Amino acid sequence: MTDTLASPNSAPQRRQLKADAAAALLKRRYASERLFKVLGLGALLLTASFLVILLTNIVTKSIPAFSEHVVNLDVVIDPKVVDPEGKRDSATLLAADYASLTRAAIMSAIPGIEGRNPRRALTSLLSSGAADDLRERVVADPSIIGTTIKMPLLFSDDVDLYLKGSSSVTSQENGSSDLTASDVKGDITLTGAEGTFAKLVAQLESENAEVSPETGARLLTPLLPSRLIEINGGLVKLASVTPTTATGTTLIPLTSSGVAKAGSWQLDTYAQPESRRKSSDQDIAFIETLRDKGAIERNFNWRFFTSGDSREAELAGIRGALVGTAWTLLVTLIICLPIGVLAAIYLEEFAPKNKLTDIIEVNINNLAAVPSIVFGLLGLSVFLNFFGLPRSAPLVGGLVLALLVLPTIIIASRAAIKAVPPSIREAAIGLGASHQQAVFHHVLPLAMPGIMTGTIIGMAHALGETAPLLMIGMIAFIVDVPDTMTDAATVLPVQIFLWSDLPEAAFQQRTAAAIVVLLGFLFLMNGAAIWLRNKFERRW
Amino acid sequence: MENTAVDLSAIERVEAARTAHITGAAKPAKVVAKGVDVYYGAKHALMGVNVDIPDRGVMAFIGPSGCGKSTFLRCINRMNDTISSCRVTGNITIDGQDIYDPALDVVQLRARVGMVFQKPNPFPKSIYDNVAYGPRIHGLAANKAELDEIVQKSLEKAALWGEVKDRLADSGTGLSGGQQQRLCIARAIAVSPDVILMDEPCSALDPIATAKVETLIDELRSNYCIIIVTHSMQQAARVSQRTAFFHLGTLVEEGATQTIFTNPVDQRTQDYITGRFG
Repeated sequence: MTDTLASPNSAPQRRQLKADAAAALLKRRYASERLFKVLGLGALLLTASFLVILLTNIVTKSIPAFSEHVVNLDVVIDPKVVDPEGKRDSATLLAADYASLTRAAIMSAIPGIEGRNPRRALTSLLSSGAADDLRERVVADPSIIGTTIKMPLLFSDDVDLYLKGSSSVTSQENGSSDLTASDVKGDITLTGAEGTFAKLVAQLESENAEVSPETGARLLTPLLPSRLIEINGGLVKLASVTPTTATGTTLIPLTSSGVAKAGSWQLDTYAQPESRRKSSDQDIAFIETLRDKGAIERNFNWRFFTSGDSREAELAGIRGALVGTAWTLLVTLIICLPIGVLAAIYLEEFAPKNKLTDIIEVNINNLAAVPSIVFGLLGLSVFLNFFGLPRSAPLVGGLVLALLVLPTIIIASRAAIKAVPPSIREAAIGLGASHQQAVFHHVLPLAMPGIMTGTIIGMAHALGETAPLLMIGMIAFIVDVPDTMTDAATVLPVQIFLWSDLPEAAFQQRTAAAIVVLLGFLFLMNGAAIWLRNKFERRW
Repeated sequence: MENTAVDLSAIERVEAARTAHITGAAKPAKVVAKGVDVYYGAKHALMGVNVDIPDRGVMAFIGPSGCGKSTFLRCINRMNDTISSCRVTGNITIDGQDIYDPALDVVQLRARVGMVFQKPNPFPKSIYDNVAYGPRIHGLAANKAELDEIVQKSLEKAALWGEVKDRLADSGTGLSGGQQQRLCIARAIAVSPDVILMDEPCSALDPIATAKVETLIDELRSNYCIIIVTHSMQQAARVSQRTAFFHLGTLVEEGATQTIFTNPVDQRTQDYITGRFG
């Protein structure tokens, strides 16, 4: 060794590299290191920004779904409607027509509405859930029959969306001259001084409003922004306008006809044309009236967590899907934890190392890579068709997911068992423990954190799985919350899939909210896995 | 000159007589191996080992790495059974009983032949549980009081009781290396074995811990048949009464430690102990 180092041949060769060439080489090396760092950082930032965009998008979309709007109204609980015979038995109380009571309540909140369509518009502001809430309350406490109670009534999803501000923008300007109303309700004419509506007519002209051939007035159609006049405590939706007069329909009846002074009336503009929004001018008129009365309240949407699926967006919740998920994962865990761990112990500790066990090992790894839909098909043909288990049931879902998770758990458990140092096994065997005792007394407890980590990660995988459950019918529309593992049910990811298909904006928000809940559970489970790993991590 | 030579041989004779009872040459052998061959798959790891190991004494196996000394040690409590490719032929008896007899329960054998490993390997459990594990699985204690007594006796014999008596519930892995190794010895003693096998028990320890373990081995030899594999010839000289030298899978020479180190018969032994190879 010393000879080669001191050899006269090698030393000059090393010195031949000139100083500037060496510097250039060094520079190139540093440059390539910098490039690598930048590329790595860039990849990281790109991934992180995608994640942030995704999460921000979902979370912002989901926020509206976590609150709901209610209107606090006096509800007269008329014994004639609820319990005409005075029996107070639950069958009668359950069957009563509570919708008529809630309808009456909202009608009395805005008095003087006549005509079938306006009354219908007013009553349909409420969700059908409002009547259900009332029923629940009366059944729970029949003594309130015959009294008037103040209770929050749930709005329909369209009203809710309007109130959450995603529907229409309004602008207001005060009237510049006196205005006279011809009547208090129905179609009325508003007459003012010359030029009262000149500005409005000019606007309509620029919006290419049609001109009436008879009167020469500009006509307001649903394709144009809506113009309404607040006058004498009422609201008039304009249909045609000339510079001096305007005709229209009263949406809210006026308290009096006659002259309104300049500045006491207002022209409201809803920039979005009526034809392009869910809430009609009539609806908005009612909602704004209720809002002005201070009856509307925004609450946290507990219903989203306590009710099952529904066709009505404002009533739809994820409880059914959550309970279905819990049942499914319970079945999965009960099946695949013992089987997976026992299989891992056998393969790792007891199985002879031969061709057969090699094949088994390779195929377990292969199973982990099989597309999940294939497991769904297997479940369909084996569990449903051959064994005749109930369709859409968490039991079958759990069985299918167990097939899916089993390879993950076996692989993780084997890795955990392998990581236990052989010295522990030898120590136990050297003391006269049988192989089985050595495994169950020493190896398994030490491998348990690793096994639990693998299991949690496998369960998180199962939690997010959708495709195989579609195959066994867990995609059905199911309102009831499942009570047993053989009841028809759905799971959270399938619920998300179902809702994402629905056109209503409220369901889109609920989809995002359900995704947030699902991601929350996934983060929680992965967090638990990391915590377990760090807590019980052991170095030998 | 001549007188001196006579004197020297006289001293040697006296010394041989003095050590005869220690080396156990007169006692019946505890462990007897006859023609032991070990194969790892196709590899012939140990060839025709014949050795008599006396009771109540320390037998040291020395030799360069890969010479088969550990392999032979692991044959004595059949730890090689756990290696699937390993095959043992020949005959090993303990107290005249063939330990490779198919009728013999290997679990019972390992209860009689304790083992201490190269690296201290306490279970990641409390000190108490480490020692109590063996008695528990073999049902040596009828109740908690008896188990407590076994644990205390074992720790006392392993010269560890004074250091750990106040923290029996602490984890065994929290002890120092030397304490861990003595805990492993206590764990082996707890099942009352006849023979204790030690596979380089001090190779992972510092000199002070090594000295403690060696003192312990010296104390234990009055009650047990101890067989120790060591890389350190000084250690073999210090703790053992008899020494066997292994080389390339064969037992080259076996005899009283003093003879092996001062007057080996075989040239290879001579070369090894004088540091010419190894």
